[in-house]
Amino acid sequence: MQTELPPPIAPPISRASSPWEWMRVNLFSTWYNVILTIVCTVVIVVGVSNLLRWVFDIAQWNVVATNLQLFFVGRFPPELYWRVWLSLGVLAGLAGIAWGFSRKDARWFSRSTLIALGIIFAAVILLPLPLSSRLWLLAIALVATVGYTIGRQLPANFSGWFPVAWGVAFLVVWWLIKGGLGLAPTPTTVWSGLLLTLLTATTSIILSFPLGVLLALGRQSPLPVVRGLSTLYIEVIRGLPLIGILFLAQVMLPLFLPPWFRDLDRVLRAIAGLVLFSAAYLAENVRGGLQAVPRGQAEAAKALGLSAPLTVSLIVLPQALKAVIPAIVGQFISLFKDTSLLALFGLLELTGIARSILAQPEFIGRYAEVYLFIGLIYWIFCYGMSQASRNLERKLNVGQR
Amino acid sequence: MTTQRPRVTRNAPKFQDLLRDTRFWRVAGQVIAVLLFLLLVILVIDNVIYNLRALGIQLGFGFLGSQASFDIGETLISYNPADSYGRAILVGLVNSLRVIAVGLVLATILGLVAGIARLSNNWLVRQLALVYVETIRNIPLLLQLFFWYFAFFLQLPNVANRITLPGPTFLSSRGLYLPWIQGSAGAGVWLLLLALGIVGAIALWQWRTRVMQEQGVPGNQFWWALTPIVAAIALAYIINGAIPFSITLPQLVGTEQIEGGLRLSPEFGTLLLGLVVYTGSFIAEIVRAGIQAVPQGQWEAARALGLKPGRVMQSVVLPQALRVIVPPLTSQYLNLAKNSSLAIAIGFPDVYFVASTTFNQTGRAVEVMFLIMITYLTISLIISLAMNLFNRTVQFKER
Repeated sequence: MQTELPPPIAPPISRASSPWEWMRVNLFSTWYNVILTIVCTVVIVVGVSNLLRWVFDIAQWNVVATNLQLFFVGRFPPELYWRVWLSLGVLAGLAGIAWGFSRKDARWFSRSTLIALGIIFAAVILLPLPLSSRLWLLAIALVATVGYTIGRQLPANFSGWFPVAWGVAFLVVWWLIKGGLGLAPTPTTVWSGLLLTLLTATTSIILSFPLGVLLALGRQSPLPVVRGLSTLYIEVIRGLPLIGILFLAQVMLPLFLPPWFRDLDRVLRAIAGLVLFSAAYLAENVRGGLQAVPRGQAEAAKALGLSAPLTVSLIVLPQALKAVIPAIVGQFISLFKDTSLLALFGLLELTGIARSILAQPEFIGRYAEVYLFIGLIYWIFCYGMSQASRNLERKLNVGQR
Repeated sequence: MTTQRPRVTRNAPKFQDLLRDTRFWRVAGQVIAVLLFLLLVILVIDNVIYNLRALGIQLGFGFLGSQASFDIGETLISYNPADSYGRAILVGLVNSLRVIAVGLVLATILGLVAGIARLSNNWLVRQLALVYVETIRNIPLLLQLFFWYFAFFLQLPNVANRITLPGPTFLSSRGLYLPWIQGSAGAGVWLLLLALGIVGAIALWQWRTRVMQEQGVPGNQFWWALTPIVAAIALAYIINGAIPFSITLPQLVGTEQIEGGLRLSPEFGTLLLGLVVYTGSFIAEIVRAGIQAVPQGQWEAARALGLKPGRVMQSVVLPQALRVIVPPLTSQYLNLAKNSSLAIAIGFPDVYFVASTTFNQTGRAVEVMFLIMITYLTISLIISLAMNLFNRTVQFKER
């Protein structure tokens, strides 16, 4: 009996022997491909040469270099920067451990490790940072490396602890940034730049997760009233533009709340809006996962005598959530991009701080430089997350076969 | 050895048994859900009433009739600041619908082209499409709108130093000027006769196809269907003695003024460009996934029949890919419609912008929010209804 699938046969097209052969097959196979190749080459040459001329000749990058701190942490008081760096260190250490754990069998200096190290060193050397920031960055890189070594030593059954560790790290970061419990509290009005973007996006996705799961269960529930209410909520929220929901959260949420609870600050209101919005989309993703779990699983659980809540929480949900991890990451990416809308409500997250930098008289008209720079920051985060989710998807698929 | 006597379980039902009964929970769960929901609603309404009273605000849509007294930069239907808020919001709605309709068409075309390019056998075309998709998808739309508006449209030279594109099309900081068609006096007659001609053509096509199928006669339905259309055009030309439209070209009048043609304002141009480029990148990925879902054997079979590559795509692959494409495409269409509300960031007067101005002037948060909700829910509903109908026609017809 054949137990393994035959290895996929590579298409003959990719078996080009010489560069000349490769070009003939991939670029000049037919007359219209010749035309397309010539048109594309012209577009690329003109586009890239113009871009390079602009980047090195015309653009004035001093607007970015002078305001680097504003872009990243905005108006956070400089004497408290150590709290932001420490938060970054905690996250980098944990990320290092997780990375090392997932690459136990890999060689120490694989290509991706070298690329990551190269990026860190390039950032430390090339970015116009003060000496203290460089030292912090080096220390954080060191922490991540130590984490990587520890992660490789951890026993295989440690994986269950990662969600707990990330949860604790999240709370620690919130405590470090917000203060209280022994640290001097910072008002949310000084949170800005990339820091605020990351805080609102992460907090919103974490808070919307349980709500989204509940809504998805409600939509699949056999009770018609629960199902109807969940469906109504999901469909109404998904039919509205996010900007409308943020308007609702900023302007109308105080009207809905009891008077003693009305002094919610703007950041928390924005997070409330994002949570209300994101939960509806998350619910649809989770519903897809719930539908993918075979009904036999729930029936088997019932046959074993598990009650309905136990069946859902022990049997159905773990399988459903595992199936929709890529969709949830996708949701996180779009939420991360959507935080830029907070700039329209006067919050100084990454896009907002860019607008306030452009309002400085000495940098008037430097739109292209600033927007390209923060576009690059958004792109690095979003592209990184989507690649990570693609890797995860591949890994999960391998496990299932 | 002492054996314990089994306890008798057949006595009166206990409370614990009730908790384990699904039938009980089926009723109790709903009652609890309704009670919780009602409690929430009452709490919210109570708070709203209390808060509105504390702030001295009264509810009601009477304000829609009062004078708006703000100007709107771009209008398709007549409007002046003396008109009512209701009229202003209608103007905004028409502007929104215009950008959504044009945007949907252009984004579909761009997405289709880029999606097919992602699978091209030309390496350069493939890489260009990949760079487009991966760059645009991972940058927020709002940022792209800011970029197009401030770093592109507003940096264009003024009318006197305009950029001339082939066409003749002018690009300046006042907007984009395109050649356009203009209906003339006889356009109504033309439209009526053409509509009749098309109806006749469809009827003839169907009749001819049936005849060909039933009697097995060879023939071309196309020429049959063409006759009524040609007849309608000839008749209309005889009645009117002229073609129904004229082409107007943008022309420079003096040094600072361009007249004729179609002018797209920088705001409309930015919003349209931003929405189309952004949504197009998502549609491209959907199209690519849809095409890849068509089994390889279908391609091979079509090629074995001797069909040309364009024909394979059009007649064999795309119709099957549509089954996979349409549902996610619907949600991209909805996203485009909802994202058009970002017009407020660059000052294009769409319905959200006008409603927001109305709120700033009147302070009517509850009513304005209600109007926005109703408007966007209706637009979303219409799009998903239309797409669901379309979806039904492309799905498998199983017997």
